[in-house]
Amino acid sequence: MANLKDLKTRIESVKSTRKITQAMQMVAAAKLRRAQESAEDARPYAAQMNAVLGNLAQGAAESESAPLLLRGTGKDDVHLLIVATSERGLCGGFNSNIAKLARVHANELVAAGKTVKIVTVGKKGRDQLKREFGDMMIDHVDMSGVKRLGYAHAADIGRDVIKRFDAAEFDVATIFYSRFESVVSQIPTALQLIPAKFEATEESSVVYEFEPDENEILDDLLPRAVSTQIFTALLENGASEQGARMSAMDNATRNAGEMIDKLTIEFNRSRQAAITNELIEIISGAEAL
Amino acid sequence: MADTMQFDLVSPERKLASMAAESVSIPGSEGEMVAMPGHAPVVTTLRPGYVSVVVGGETTDYLVTGGFAEISAEGISVLAEEALPKGEVTKEVLEEFHRLAEEDAKDASEHHSAAAARRVADCHELLIRHGT
Repeated sequence: MANLKDLKTRIESVKSTRKITQAMQMVAAAKLRRAQESAEDARPYAAQMNAVLGNLAQGAAESESAPLLLRGTGKDDVHLLIVATSERGLCGGFNSNIAKLARVHANELVAAGKTVKIVTVGKKGRDQLKREFGDMMIDHVDMSGVKRLGYAHAADIGRDVIKRFDAAEFDVATIFYSRFESVVSQIPTALQLIPAKFEATEESSVVYEFEPDENEILDDLLPRAVSTQIFTALLENGASEQGARMSAMDNATRNAGEMIDKLTIEFNRSRQAAITNELIEIISGAEAL
Repeated sequence: MADTMQFDLVSPERKLASMAAESVSIPGSEGEMVAMPGHAPVVTTLRPGYVSVVVGGETTDYLVTGGFAEISAEGISVLAEEALPKGEVTKEVLEEFHRLAEEDAKDASEHHSAAAARRVADCHELLIRHGT
C-alpha cells in the first residue's frame, strides 16, 4: 500500500506543476498575439517586394548579365542550410520538427555527394543537430538576448549570408523554419533563398521603367529581398513557437489535471483501506476477549 | 484623370503611412523626382533623403535611409529600409545613420564600394542640412 504521506506530496507537486504550465500557456497566448501582429505588419513590405522582384526577375533571369544572387553560381555543390529555431524549449515538437526536416534534407544532400554547411539561428536547433552535423556547422546566431525581433536582426543575418555568398563559400542557400498555420498546426518549411526564387505574379500588363537600369536595381534589391525573406521566416517562427508552446502547455495542464484526479482517488482509497484495517483490528480484538 | 493617388510608405516592420496624396516627391538614386497621379510606371531605388507627401496642400516629410519606390498611374509605394517622420529626426539619428553607412563602406566589396561611398556622402549631406 502506497504511503499516505508520499501520495500527498506527489499530489502537491503535480498541482504546482499544473500552476506553472497554466501560467506558461497564458504567457504564450499573450506573446502569440504580439508575434502574429508583427508578422501581419511585415506582410505589406514583403508582398510588395516580391511583386516588384517577380516582375523584374522574369525578364532578367535568362539574361547573362543577371546578378549571381538571382541566377545562381551555375553549380550546386555546396549547400548552406540556415536552421532557424527557438532559444527556449517546452514548446512541443516545434524545434524537433524543424531539426528533423533539416536533418532529412542534409542527409539527402550528403548522400548525393554535396557539401553541406549549416548556420543555426537559435540554440535549440544547434543542440539537436550538433551531434550529427557538428563538423558542418560554420556559424551560430544567438538570439537569446533579443527581446523583440526587429528587421535589423534579420538584416544582420542576411548581410552575413550575402558576404559568404560573395566569397563563393556556397552555391545554394536554404532556410528552415516553421510556417504558422494556426495554434495547433505549424508546418516546418524549407525555403530557398539563393538563387532567389520568386513566384511569378499575375501577368501584369504594366511595363515599368527602371531607374537606374534593371540590373543595378536587382543588385540593390536582391540582398534586401534575402533579408526580408529571413525576416519573414523569423517572424513566422516566432508566432509558431508561441503557438506550439501554447498547445503544448495546454496539453500539459490537462494531463496534470488528470494525474491529480487519479492520485486523489488512490489517496482516498488508501486512506479508506487504512481505516478499515484499524476497525477490523479493533473488532477482532474485542471479540477475542 | 484622378487628382489624388494612393501613397503607401512601408518599412519591413510595419506600414507607416497610407493615404491619398496629390503629389509625392522622392529622393531617387538618379535624382529627386515628383510623382503625380497618372505618372508613367517606374521602379527606382532611393538614396537617403526625405520623402515629401502633399495631401490637401499640406506637406508631410519622412526621412528614409534607402530602399525603393514603385510608381504607377494609380499610386506610389515607397519601400524604405528605415523611415521616420521628420519631426522625430534628430541630430543623433542622422549621426547614427552616417556611422552605419561608413561602417558598411569600410567592409563593402569592391563591387559595391561606389554605392556605399555615395551613401556615406548622402548621409553626410543630410547631417549638414539638418544642422542649418
